[in-house]
Amino acid sequence: MPRSFAALTWRQYRLERKMFWRNPSAAFFNFLLPLLLLALFGALFSGDQDDLDVIVPGIAGMSVVSTTFSALAYNMTSMRELGVLKRIRGTPMPSGAFLLGIAAHAVTNTALQIVLITVAGKVFFGVDWPPQPLELVAFVAVGVVCFASLGVALSHVIPNNESAPAYVNAIFLPLIIISGVFYDAEDVPSFLSGIAQALPLTHLIDGLSGAMVTGVGLGDHLSSLGVVVAWTVLGVVLAVRGFSWEQRRS
Amino acid sequence: MSSNELAIEVRGLRKSYGDLEAVRGIDFTVRRGEVFGLLGPNGAGKTTTVEILEGYRERTAGEVTVLGEDPQLRSRSLRERVGIVLQTSGIYRHVKVQEALEHFAALYPHPRDVDEVIELAGLRHKRDAATRTLSGGQLRRLDFALALVGDPELIFLDEPTTGFDPAARRDAWDTIRSLKALGKTVVLTTHYLDEAQALADRVAIIKDGRILVEGAPGELGADGGAIRYRIAWRNGNGLLNQHETDDPTTFLHELTSQALARGERLEGLTVTRPTLEDVYLELTT
Repeated sequence: MPRSFAALTWRQYRLERKMFWRNPSAAFFNFLLPLLLLALFGALFSGDQDDLDVIVPGIAGMSVVSTTFSALAYNMTSMRELGVLKRIRGTPMPSGAFLLGIAAHAVTNTALQIVLITVAGKVFFGVDWPPQPLELVAFVAVGVVCFASLGVALSHVIPNNESAPAYVNAIFLPLIIISGVFYDAEDVPSFLSGIAQALPLTHLIDGLSGAMVTGVGLGDHLSSLGVVVAWTVLGVVLAVRGFSWEQRRS
Repeated sequence: MSSNELAIEVRGLRKSYGDLEAVRGIDFTVRRGEVFGLLGPNGAGKTTTVEILEGYRERTAGEVTVLGEDPQLRSRSLRERVGIVLQTSGIYRHVKVQEALEHFAALYPHPRDVDEVIELAGLRHKRDAATRTLSGGQLRRLDFALALVGDPELIFLDEPTTGFDPAARRDAWDTIRSLKALGKTVVLTTHYLDEAQALADRVAIIKDGRILVEGAPGELGADGGAIRYRIAWRNGNGLLNQHETDDPTTFLHELTSQALARGERLEGLTVTRPTLEDVYLELTT
């Protein structure tokens, strides 16, 4: 049986996919919830194309966050506390192949969601096919690395499984509300928009909006991309530095 | 002894966590094919020592060689030859027993047959069960199976039978004996002294980060003078007498010659060596 880095990454990836679909609550929160919200807000805003043009890239941005940031914060905390990480550490599985398999699993969910949201936008919500597909790929790719690394970094702070939802939602819910997922970010009061401008999601949604709706190209969103990249660097540093294979003994 | 007859060599091992010195300079060797028991109270430094050997922790000082390699370099080739049963370690809740074993088997160059390992671990009827439905004892057997599936030369067992009922413990002992019969080296930490007595070729008792005594479980303390034989007998009017001595020869000589002189038979005379438990309690409490 091949035991190359790539073969073992693929094995880990396939195991993660299988485990994901066997866990209905994870599958629901990670997968169906953004689509459900899109359907609900789509119905609410039906007839008002301006609002629909906001909600489609907004939900796309939110699903990048939920499939990577939230999912990995939960996943890494639970694998650490369950002792899966420590067990794997004692086998010949290369750490990189193991972590890459998990990350690839999360990114598969992101990609599937972006496709579903794009199709739903075209079919139900009067949003055309993305005018800037390359820009879409670029922002999703950077967004995925950014929020995945921040999710892993957050897991280092979460002390145990039981408190994981509290930590994740304390960040996720305010983040999506101030970052213009459900309405135009320009309608946000200025003191909140200042915070939102410093955080990566607003900029990700700006980029996605250009890619999926307005057709404003990557060249005009370089500063947004820059903010997301800056958070990515921070996320990667924090994810690597705080990493622990062991259960917290408290 | 040439070093390739040794599975493990530890010299002057020290480990500090900040100001706390958990391991304070210990030396021991484990021969290939031997079952070596590491005993000691909680917090004695057993788990720290074993986790250094397993490659989980870096030592503060000293030399450690495991199967000819330094475990803290964490080489893949070493991890391919070592199997680990941790005190507590989980597994995906939704994975099935057979799937888990197949996943882990694929990590090793020469894995054992998965069906054979399932059989050996007594999990035949649970092969298609999700791990979240297994009992504590069954999960522990899965831990065993996962550690054995790579066909390791050296197996670390940290409290392997904690929480087992007596029958399950006997089964686990049989499994450990079968590993020894296959020529595997086993390092066992346990709280159960009968377990160490039954399984280990040699044991070391650790307390406060130091090895107090080391040797075959039945001979422990023999050279340090710590061993005290217990001699019991009934005298002429049927009363039970007991005496402890580190020099049974002289004592028995006097006892028996006095009895002969009085024409008594010394009914119920017994001479017992201290059990591992006696030695352990004497040293650690």
